[in-house]
Amino acid sequence: MAKVLMKGNEAIGEAAIRAGCKNYFAYPITPQSEVAEYLVKRLPEEGGVFLQGESEVAVGYMIFGASGAGERVMTTSSSPGISLMSEAISYIAAAQCPAVFVNIMRGGPGLGGILPSQGDYFQATKGGGHGDYRLLVLAPDGVQEAVEMTMQAFGLAEKYRNPVMVLGDGMIGQMMEPVEFPDDLKSEPSNKDDWATNGMATRKSKKRNLVKSLFLDPTELNQNNLILKAKYEQMRKEEVQFELYNADTDYQVMITSYGTMSRVCRTAIDMLKKEGIEVAMFRPKTLFPFPEQEVHDAAIKESCKSVISIEMSMGQMVEDVQRCVMGKRPVEFYGECGGEIPSPEKIIEIIKTLVK
Amino acid sequence: MGKTFSKPNVLSQNYTHYCPGCTHGIVHRLVAEAIDELDIQDRTVGIAPVGCAVMAYNYFDCDFQEAAHGRAPAMATGIKRVRPDLIVFTYQGDGDLASIGMGEIIHAANRGEKFTVIFINNAIYGMTGGQMAPTTMPGQRATTAPTGRDTDQTGMPIRMANLLGELVTPGYVTRQAVLKPQQVNKAKKAIKKAFQYQVEGKCFSFVEVVSTCPTNWGMTPLNALKWAEETLLPYYELGDYKTPEE
Ligand SMILES: Cc1ncc(C[n+]2csc(CCOP(=O)(O)OP(=O)(O)O)c2C)c(N)n1
Ligand code: SF4
Repeated sequence: MAKVLMKGNEAIGEAAIRAGCKNYFAYPITPQSEVAEYLVKRLPEEGGVFLQGESEVAVGYMIFGASGAGERVMTTSSSPGISLMSEAISYIAAAQCPAVFVNIMRGGPGLGGILPSQGDYFQATKGGGHGDYRLLVLAPDGVQEAVEMTMQAFGLAEKYRNPVMVLGDGMIGQMMEPVEFPDDLKSEPSNKDDWATNGMATRKSKKRNLVKSLFLDPTELNQNNLILKAKYEQMRKEEVQFELYNADTDYQVMITSYGTMSRVCRTAIDMLKKEGIEVAMFRPKTLFPFPEQEVHDAAIKESCKSVISIEMSMGQMVEDVQRCVMGKRPVEFYGECGGEIPSPEKIIEIIKTLVK
Repeated sequence: MGKTFSKPNVLSQNYTHYCPGCTHGIVHRLVAEAIDELDIQDRTVGIAPVGCAVMAYNYFDCDFQEAAHGRAPAMATGIKRVRPDLIVFTYQGDGDLASIGMGEIIHAANRGEKFTVIFINNAIYGMTGGQMAPTTMPGQRATTAPTGRDTDQTGMPIRMANLLGELVTPGYVTRQAVLKPQQVNKAKKAIKKAFQYQVEGKCFSFVEVVSTCPTNWGMTPLNALKWAEETLLPYYELGDYKTPEE
């Protein structure tokens, strides 16, 4: 298929349709409202369902209901909205239902601002809602990956019967880039008869299905948590995605960065190369499961003297990087918030202090 | 002689966990009879609330989802929008629906979502041990209103059927009671009608049922029925607040 020029938010909406998702519930919030504005027009053409809920709290449960009933479903929001959806996300994870949440992050905490940020890393990867659960978190670095990851997300959500989050930021949502919609990422919905509440009439066995998260018996609750844990372990084995940049050199510094920030880092690395300074970048594409072993191995390359995590936050992913590097190299941090995206020049300046 | 009375098919064999004399059991039976009579068991999805009916899914043999506190109408919206052929009902208490879930119920009703809500008004939080609900009567004692509900501090009890009946969007909104046999018969008719409207794809339907909580009211089941009759019914007037034909 030929490339088309599209705004990130609209491309995410189109990607969902192309992946086979016909159901979308949402509540407006900048900088991602264009997803809803796009889908309100596109979904009826596809015979799909569009509904603007009364709040993110309600939208979270519209997603839960639709997903429990066995239909592919997505919502998109931005940071404060995701906080409100976190209640439902915890319930959906506990009840083992598949659903896709797109978070186009803006600056926080609180009302914060409307410009891009990566301040929701903790919330996305460490919980957000209550209890022991994880989301599978995909972090695109631009419009093309936002499309691909949105499409992948449905299959992954169904494979694991778990909510999947696409974690982008305001820059990815708002910018226009040429994009291609791959056919090979379209997946078939998995068989839902053994768990979905789609009506007893529709399934072969006459057994009724139950979608729930209450387990008053402690051994049953423990059992449910063990099932969830096993899924997260399987994700760690099967779903890790990452990209290494300029890593076949004798790099002195390894940057870890993701999403929009990683693109700025790439520019800085190219500029440093011209000055004879070799720097590599490790870019996790899955933030959970985090590429633990791979980050470790790339960091301890002999030529590598230090690692620096560069983020549009006050230091969140850096904690995972430190955990993986296990003290074998110094791990530094540089970040800015509030919608300011650090410039390549700033990154070059920081890197030079590390190599001198 | 033929059989004149038997367990509705959709009611499971399980014993319920409800307290002796609690009217939750009566309402369960009425819902089950309606589902049986309309022959919709195979395409019905119930939504359990948070509250004493949290385990309602153990008592109905049909698909069930369990919502978070107050969110059942949003969940029902999700199901019904993506699968309009399913018959969806929520079963919610007054803490669940009129307090934490006030936003969800008003908006679902106002959108005219085509599902059915069974709303148990027992004027108190049952499951958590008798705290004040938005429906608790002035002067009524609750663990969080030990000297009785003070309306200067907490406002007047909310009349959900009256409130939803005010919405302009068409719907079926009624308040019934299960304190006396005649009321039970009427409540049965209302519940069946509520489901019938859904089967016909007509409108949002809401049945408030004035109920008892002998345990948390600190009364015998009989005194609870009497107290409800004397104290609740004058304030929570029975009858239809809205019909789709209006
Ligand atoms: C978010 C949240 N807050 C509080 C609770 C605790 N809680 C459980 S049941 C309940 C009150 C339910 O009362 P009601 O809806 O009147 O139902 P009843 O028990 O009387 O049938 C509360 C506050 C909860 N489960 N979730
Ligand atoms: S606590 Fe009250 S509402 Fe709950 S089962 Fe007992 S009597 Fe019924």
